Amino acid sequence: MFDRRDLLKGAGLAAMAATLNATKALALDTVTLPFANGERPLVKYPQKRPMIGLTSRPPQLETPFAVFNDGPITPNNAFFVRYHLSDIPYTLDPDKFTLEIKGKVDKPLKLSLKDIKKLKATEIVAVNQCSGNSRGFFEPRVAGGQIANGAMGNARWRGVPLKAVLDMAGVQSGAKQVVFGGMDGPVSDKTPDFAKALDLDHAADGEVMLAYGMNGEDLPFLNGFPLRLIVPGYYGTYWVKHLNEITVIDSVYDGFWMKSAYRIPDTPNNSVEPGTAPKATIPINRFTIRSFITSVTDGAKLKAGRTTLRGIAFDGGKGIKQVEISTDGGKTWAKANLGKDLGKYSFREWKLPVKLAAGQVELKVRATGNGGEMQPDTPRWNPAGYLRNVVETTRVTVA
Amino acid sequence: MQRTVLLAALLALAAAVGSSLAAPVNYKNPDEVAAFKPGPNLDVVQGNCTACHSSDYIATQPQMKDKKGFWQAEVTKMIKVYGAPIDDADVGKIVDYLAATY
Repeated sequence: MFDRRDLLKGAGLAAMAATLNATKALALDTVTLPFANGERPLVKYPQKRPMIGLTSRPPQLETPFAVFNDGPITPNNAFFVRYHLSDIPYTLDPDKFTLEIKGKVDKPLKLSLKDIKKLKATEIVAVNQCSGNSRGFFEPRVAGGQIANGAMGNARWRGVPLKAVLDMAGVQSGAKQVVFGGMDGPVSDKTPDFAKALDLDHAADGEVMLAYGMNGEDLPFLNGFPLRLIVPGYYGTYWVKHLNEITVIDSVYDGFWMKSAYRIPDTPNNSVEPGTAPKATIPINRFTIRSFITSVTDGAKLKAGRTTLRGIAFDGGKGIKQVEISTDGGKTWAKANLGKDLGKYSFREWKLPVKLAAGQVELKVRATGNGGEMQPDTPRWNPAGYLRNVVETTRVTVA
Repeated sequence: MQRTVLLAALLALAAAVGSSLAAPVNYKNPDEVAAFKPGPNLDVVQGNCTACHSSDYIATQPQMKDKKGFWQAEVTKMIKVYGAPIDDADVGKIVDYLAATY
């Protein structure tokens, strides 16, 4: 717990650290995201290429959208960063790192990184997306991290199934949920520490993974080094970084970050009338289905005639069935050609040759999932700014 | 001969490097350059807000029609939800600063 003096001291220390630190965080440039108050610095962090800076303490970085046109895998140095709390384990020693598995298990475990790497490894390509990705586009606007569409990324994760570790520990009968905690924490002990929970069936489904590898390398520090949880198809809030504590419980976890935060309306579309509050809520869970044009940016000037549009689509784990493109503001639609299938949790690339006539053109893209889920024509709304997946429109001038 | 010694030394070095799992991390964020805009009660705001987060948390929020209501709700959230130890006497000053400045 801290008192006022500590607070002032904390501010002083931060200021002192800023003067002592040799590296300069002078903004390389600025970018303006397409919503009011959207000006952001482009910042350079270790292990990262220049990223869109949302906040500096704790660090939150958005991926410049052009990265998504480079291929279906988001490079580690371009992957978005989201933290809640400022006490981050910047000086951790991976040789001393331990993951603890405890609670309603027969044999509590403490595993080193070496122990974990000795277990049979698996890989999965999966999208991680921040719950608040695209929050800046909500209308009316809502409080929270004001990000455009760059708080998402797709990577090949390497690690061990959580199930393998739970089986080693022996989950006891009556267990209901598994709670995950990371090494990052709050500055004040009055601030709820970040922890998330999954139902036991989900946690032990064989897909939920403890990952140490990302696109053939160690996890970048800001993406959870040395170990993070991978919850394919689920929003990033569950993908606990710097994961060092797994607790099996026989109740439903009621910590702040499950019970009060990261909740969505308990309505058919998890949406409410804009500007209103939901009567009941549930924990956020699977991604809504989304698709984007990546080869053309809003406001671009294009030459009339033939061109090929490209982009990506993804959903909460059923996989992408089809992607359709409209070059006339949604009057007519044509099916795009889908790219290589990297798995049902991955970005799916798409491409479509089109012929553009001169004038102001609205390009639209919409995806349909294998489960039949489609993107809505009008945006969902909820007070926390989650789940955005309206059919995206890219306005271009063709001449 | 010399070359053999050098090679042996290089191999030993490679083995030593290879045997350690990884060096301790000492991740260094770039300097925090974001700063609060000048405004009334700036010292109160700096004293209360910066222990937990940088000022860009505030600067990037959308500009609402009811600024005072919005910032009052945010400050209340910081106190009630996140446990910020803000004196009652400071709450009004902070809300006034935020509403007037952002």
